Amino acid sequence: MDIREKTQIALALLFPAAPVTEGPVVAEGADQGTPPPREPGVVIQDFPRCGSHLDILCRPDQVVAVAQIMDTEGFFLESIAGVDWLEKQQLEVLYDYNRLGGEHCRVMVRTLVPRTEPVVPTISGVFPAANWHERETFDFYGVHFQNHPNLIRILLPEDADFHPLLKDFMP
Amino acid sequence: METSIWRALFYLVGIMAFAGLNAAYLGWCERKGAARIQRRIGPCEAGFAGLLQPLADGLKLMSKQLLVPQGVDGIIFRVAPVLAMIPAITSMVVIPFSGNIEARAMELSVLLLFALASLGMMAILLGGWASGNKYAIISSARAVSQNLAYEIPMLVTVITIVMISGSMNLREIALNQMGGFWHWNIFRLENGHFLTMWISFIIFFICSVAETNRAPFDMAEAESELVAGFMTEYGSMGFGLFMMGEYLNIVVGACLTTTLFLGGWDCPFGKTPGVWWFLIKIYMLIFTFIWIRWTYPRTQIYRLLNLSWKILIPFSLANLLITAALIKVF
Amino acid sequence: MTVPISLRHDETFVLNLGPQHPATHGVLRVILTLDGEYVVKAEPVLGYVHRMHEKLAEGGTFAQFMPNTARMDYLHALAFNHGWALVVEKAAGIEVPERAEYIRVITVELNRIASHLLWWAAFLLDLGGFTPLLYAFDDREKIIDLLERVTGSRLTYCYMRFGGVYNDIDDEFITGTRAFIKRLRSRMPRFYHDLVTHNIILIKRIKDIGIITPEQCRRYGATGPVARGSGISYDIRKNEPYSVYPEFDFDVPVFDECDSMARYMVRMHEMEQSLRIIEQALDKLPDGPVMGKAPKVLKPEAGYYYSAVETARGSLGYRLICDGGKNPYKLKLRSPTFSNLSLFGEVAEGMLLADALAFMGSLDLVIPEIDR
Repeated sequence: MDIREKTQIALALLFPAAPVTEGPVVAEGADQGTPPPREPGVVIQDFPRCGSHLDILCRPDQVVAVAQIMDTEGFFLESIAGVDWLEKQQLEVLYDYNRLGGEHCRVMVRTLVPRTEPVVPTISGVFPAANWHERETFDFYGVHFQNHPNLIRILLPEDADFHPLLKDFMP
Repeated sequence: METSIWRALFYLVGIMAFAGLNAAYLGWCERKGAARIQRRIGPCEAGFAGLLQPLADGLKLMSKQLLVPQGVDGIIFRVAPVLAMIPAITSMVVIPFSGNIEARAMELSVLLLFALASLGMMAILLGGWASGNKYAIISSARAVSQNLAYEIPMLVTVITIVMISGSMNLREIALNQMGGFWHWNIFRLENGHFLTMWISFIIFFICSVAETNRAPFDMAEAESELVAGFMTEYGSMGFGLFMMGEYLNIVVGACLTTTLFLGGWDCPFGKTPGVWWFLIKIYMLIFTFIWIRWTYPRTQIYRLLNLSWKILIPFSLANLLITAALIKVF
Repeated sequence: MTVPISLRHDETFVLNLGPQHPATHGVLRVILTLDGEYVVKAEPVLGYVHRMHEKLAEGGTFAQFMPNTARMDYLHALAFNHGWALVVEKAAGIEVPERAEYIRVITVELNRIASHLLWWAAFLLDLGGFTPLLYAFDDREKIIDLLERVTGSRLTYCYMRFGGVYNDIDDEFITGTRAFIKRLRSRMPRFYHDLVTHNIILIKRIKDIGIITPEQCRRYGATGPVARGSGISYDIRKNEPYSVYPEFDFDVPVFDECDSMARYMVRMHEMEQSLRIIEQALDKLPDGPVMGKAPKVLKPEAGYYYSAVETARGSLGYRLICDGGKNPYKLKLRSPTFSNLSLFGEVAEGMLLADALAFMGSLDLVIPEIDR
């Protein structure tokens, strides 16, 4: 059983209700600017097409559990990105996991939070790399990471009061 | 004639001129030497082969504003660069350039030179402290611990020379080495001293490189870590004076090495001693200083101090004992 | 040399390795809390060169972002170009002709050598050896001249297009590159290894300094020579091959000592391996077009795409989210040096100031890449 299957099985335990499906991460007929409507669960992706092996959509409170599973399986946190879905009034936080050496497997973990109150628990306790990445996501999108040791701005000036990567940001 | 006012004036002007020309043109030598080692040309625009470059640099430095930052200790800040120059120039009073050319032959000239060297070290400490800049203070602390550590083996090796020559007068020491290559202190053939003298020479040379704060021992002005070290807050002629003081220290170090180990103004073949041989020797030593600087990276402070305390001092002390034993036996 | 520190608050002082400093390779500020010369706490402060490239990407089309990619890591700009071209070609399904792939590899590897040469020069400058800078720049000038013939730029290349490269290479480039390979191979043992790598002062200065354990690498996401110097054999060109890298026979240097010396040796050997790749690519260079078919207005299918390339500093990732329009909806750049620098705070604790700077030099930082 290769690492992708192992990880997929370990992660699927978090989503007992949803079956593991395959396919790209875009539903037919998706409008421009809206994320594909989907239930939390695990989707196997076509690596050469999309660049990742697994796509996990989870609830915000499951983020730490997912990070812990990834840590146990030996992944490392490659980056954390934010996405602003303005029309659906949701912010998405996207975690990219990868493996250093050995078998290759890229996992994308996504979570959606409402735009007006974007709160996600921090995973910097599991991966110290998340410390700076979460600061960056907070800096650009205003996503608040609970229990982060030092959630201050990292790239913008400390006294800035705007979040520039939001779609309705007017300079 | 010995005490004539004209003699004093002549030497005053002569030493100031020698010091000034050296301080200015050693900078040119260093830049050209560095350039050739780095496969480029160096100053070549100002005058023929860049010979007017030091003049241009001096004019530039003099025309800059003498900035005194707020919060520095006013008097010490202004005095420190001057204090860096004074020992270097004063040391030239006792150096025997040749049989006839020496400003004042003193019985304890070796002692005088080392006392003045310590004054120069104090100038670095004062300059760094008075700047009120953390980088400068770190650099001064490093410079003091380094200079202190390296003065000791230097003095111990000089004691061996003094024991062999029987005098602390630099002129006597040089006269003792007359007669050609094999009489020089570095190769002293008689009494078996040749076993130990070259070790003394190497230790003394390493210590001079460290005492003058030259790479690979230039922790005090480590450019890439401490910006400019104790000279960070100095601009214009303050900086100029520190740099000139550094070059003059190199000249004095080379003069001392030549007088103590390489026979002063003696010709290697024993034929025609004279001031030219002295000058050739010191400039060859200075060239070696420059060569070493541009070849090696910097050491770390604890390795630097280890080198002195754990290696050079035991070796120089052992050297002293062996020399004393040889003198006693033979 | 590290020493455990536990001190009262008033025995330490704060030194700002400020934005303007000869050794920080760009505008990086590190707030160091020092006890004498020992580092008690090191906190990098970023953002002095932040230009918000991710917003610029959303504001223009895919092609308009290509010049921006070079401005981030200007030392290995062609790899950043390559990564962007790869991710958009993945999203839009554009095919790249073989000759273009080979040319891409040759130019990227030449750029990698240039980047490592500059790192070597700057690293030694930090340590106080001024001369190697000039020797490295001599070789680097040859590479830059070669690449200027073909790409038109000396530093910030915008050479790749979606579907290939925009300019073909000519015979003079090929002969020039072969001559360069020969020249560098002959100079490496004398100028680089005899004078510098085997220099006792350098060895004492970087051996056993800045130990980064493999576990620390994983937890902080360090990749590239930083990870390979800690025994982790991860190189995207081998583990996740892209372009025509599977066709070449090259090694990935991995050293186990985890110190700055290991990272130094990794980069020196990588230069030799890049020379091998370029040689093989020149031998196998096929004929053909250098530009594939790409639509004038690019509107890739909506979805989430990721593509990673191996730059001189580590694994660069482009996370692209398209919504079917002609602008990217979201672009996230995963900068390798950002992750490499994040472990500086933890590893530099207890080090001497001079050692901390040597360690920072061995991480190979390019600040515009961190700040984007």
